[in-house]
Amino acid sequence: MLEIKNLSFAPEGDKQILKNISLTIPDGKLVVLTGPNGGGKTTLAKMIAGINMPTSGSLILDGVDITDKDPTERAKLGIGYAFQQPVRFKGFTVRDILNLANGKPLTEDQLDEVLLKVGLEPKAYKDRDVDTKLSGGEIKRIEIAGVLLRKSKLTVFDEPEAGIDLWSFNSLISVFEELRETREVTLVIISHQERILSIADEIMLIQDGRLGMKGPREIMYPLICGDGCESCPAMEEGDCYGRDN
Amino acid sequence: MEEIIRDQQAAGTAAESSVANAAADMAAKIFGGEAQPNAMAQAARVLKGAPEEAPAEQPAEPAKPVFEETPVDVDSVTAKLLETVANFNGTGFCGAFNIRSNGKSLGRQSTEHIHIDTKTDNPGLDIHIAPGTRGEEVYIPACVTKAGYDDLVYNDFFVGKDADVVIVAGCGIHTETGEPARHNGIHRFFLEEGARVLYVEKHVGTGAKGPKKVIDPQTECFLKDGAYLEMDTSQLGGVSSSVRKTRATLDGKSTLVIKERLLTDDDETAETFFEVELNGEGSSVNLMSRSVARGNSHQAYQSNIIGNTICYGHSECDAILAENGRVDAAPKLSANSEDAQLIHEAAIGKIAGEQIMKLRTLGLTEEEAEAAIINGFLK
Ligand SMILES: Nc1ncnc2c1ncn2[C@@H]1O[C@H](COP(=O)(O)OP(=O)(O)O)[C@@H](O)[C@H]1O
Ligand SMILES: [Mg+2]
Repeated sequence: MLEIKNLSFAPEGDKQILKNISLTIPDGKLVVLTGPNGGGKTTLAKMIAGINMPTSGSLILDGVDITDKDPTERAKLGIGYAFQQPVRFKGFTVRDILNLANGKPLTEDQLDEVLLKVGLEPKAYKDRDVDTKLSGGEIKRIEIAGVLLRKSKLTVFDEPEAGIDLWSFNSLISVFEELRETREVTLVIISHQERILSIADEIMLIQDGRLGMKGPREIMYPLICGDGCESCPAMEEGDCYGRDN
Repeated sequence: MEEIIRDQQAAGTAAESSVANAAADMAAKIFGGEAQPNAMAQAARVLKGAPEEAPAEQPAEPAKPVFEETPVDVDSVTAKLLETVANFNGTGFCGAFNIRSNGKSLGRQSTEHIHIDTKTDNPGLDIHIAPGTRGEEVYIPACVTKAGYDDLVYNDFFVGKDADVVIVAGCGIHTETGEPARHNGIHRFFLEEGARVLYVEKHVGTGAKGPKKVIDPQTECFLKDGAYLEMDTSQLGGVSSSVRKTRATLDGKSTLVIKERLLTDDDETAETFFEVELNGEGSSVNLMSRSVARGNSHQAYQSNIIGNTICYGHSECDAILAENGRVDAAPKLSANSEDAQLIHEAAIGKIAGEQIMKLRTLGLTEEEAEAAIINGFLK
């Protein structure tokens, strides 16, 4: 379980990017973080991965305070992060970066398997360079493949759908669904995609640096993707998840 | 493309071939639009329910000549240097070779097609590679293991029409005491029509850090119509100072590819000059330099690609700075014809912070991440 307590981030002093966010990511769940561009989702994800350090507040992973731990330590504690904007490396092939992600050299079969999972034809990609010659969608899928290999306890995928074609996206959805079914890993997916929202256990809305509404998919999905409050079952029960929850 | 045409022919009639095309389109979609021709052809077969094709007959390559190993007796320091610069296995070499150590030949062998002869006017070798020689390798490494020794050698390579060979040169300097040791190799390459050469050259300095180890290679290349020369050069540590000068003149539709890898550390300096003249219609050069400057080291890079006709020139110079390393780069393009197409790309900077962060989120420490990035970059 990851507990985020009163997390704030103001890198330049006055401009608050994250404003006192508190939330809990339960084990074995698929949690989707959604909300408008610039709302602070990536900033929060980088804070979970240890790339950004908070101005105040804390992060607790399975009861251990990880607020001061660096990205390497957090990776070793079981946190994974698939970047929204994947990084390119001159001189690295797809094989090289996936071997690094895996921590030891992959067999050909393992390499093929993970590439197929993200919709890449292994033969055509294994030995290509991870440089500017790859398209946005290609590098994105390699990024996701690397993070999948790590089998982290908790993984944050930052807009995995971006730049990906429909075929690969379908394949990716099944990967997320399969992982979710095992209930052995925790998935945090930052997304605007209805298809991804529809497989969430919980949905949280991050807006203007704050946690807006949050709740189970059954309640949140119709609010976000359906007819708003009219279609929300909580309306009838007088149990609104909005605003101050 | 060749393959897809072949596979489509294998598919038979024109009608079937359009089915294959549609299937290939479908495959392109499935594989994200960037599927390779074989993948598409394979998918086309699957979608048509056709059995797996046996690969079409390749034109038979002439068998690569096999040579018995000729033993070479060298001391352990020289053996180690040869291992680094010329893949020496500790016992001997196969095929044509000449081992130079402190100015003397420690072993030489010519083959039927490759003749290595001592020059009569200067120290060094004339290496004649007969027209049509294929699949042979020539090893001509040089070592300096005596402090204070200043080695000067002239090697000329005459590569006959349509020959296709690998030349492995390289130089290792090992010294433990104060006097500077130097190797100055002056190489000339004459490639006849259609000749193909892969030239691999590694430079290394080993032993105590104090004594200077200097390697100053000078290379001149002359390529005739249809010739192809690829030079893979690397200097990956321990050389205190080097000045590398490479000049090339390309005639006809010839191609030159240069891949340079350079790592300097401590107080080392490395200077590189490239000058390539594109005189032949359709000639092309691709110059790729990657370097890392660490410690207090300094590198200077200069290149000039001169396009005198319809030609294509590309140069790419990337440098990573670490600690107090410094790099000057002065790439120059000179177009003397409106049909010359010349491009240059250059980037100098420290390792991108986001690259290190990315690898740290994969569990590497900061030091491991830096090392992995530099290794990959110089690979
Ligand atoms: N290191 C930083 N310094 C200053 N501003 C930043 C920094 N990182 C992000 N921002 C700003 O914070 C806001 C939130 O960005 P981001 O977390 O990327 O949003 P989202 O992922 O929800 O689209 C944006 O206005 C962005 O420009
Ligand atoms: Mg974002």
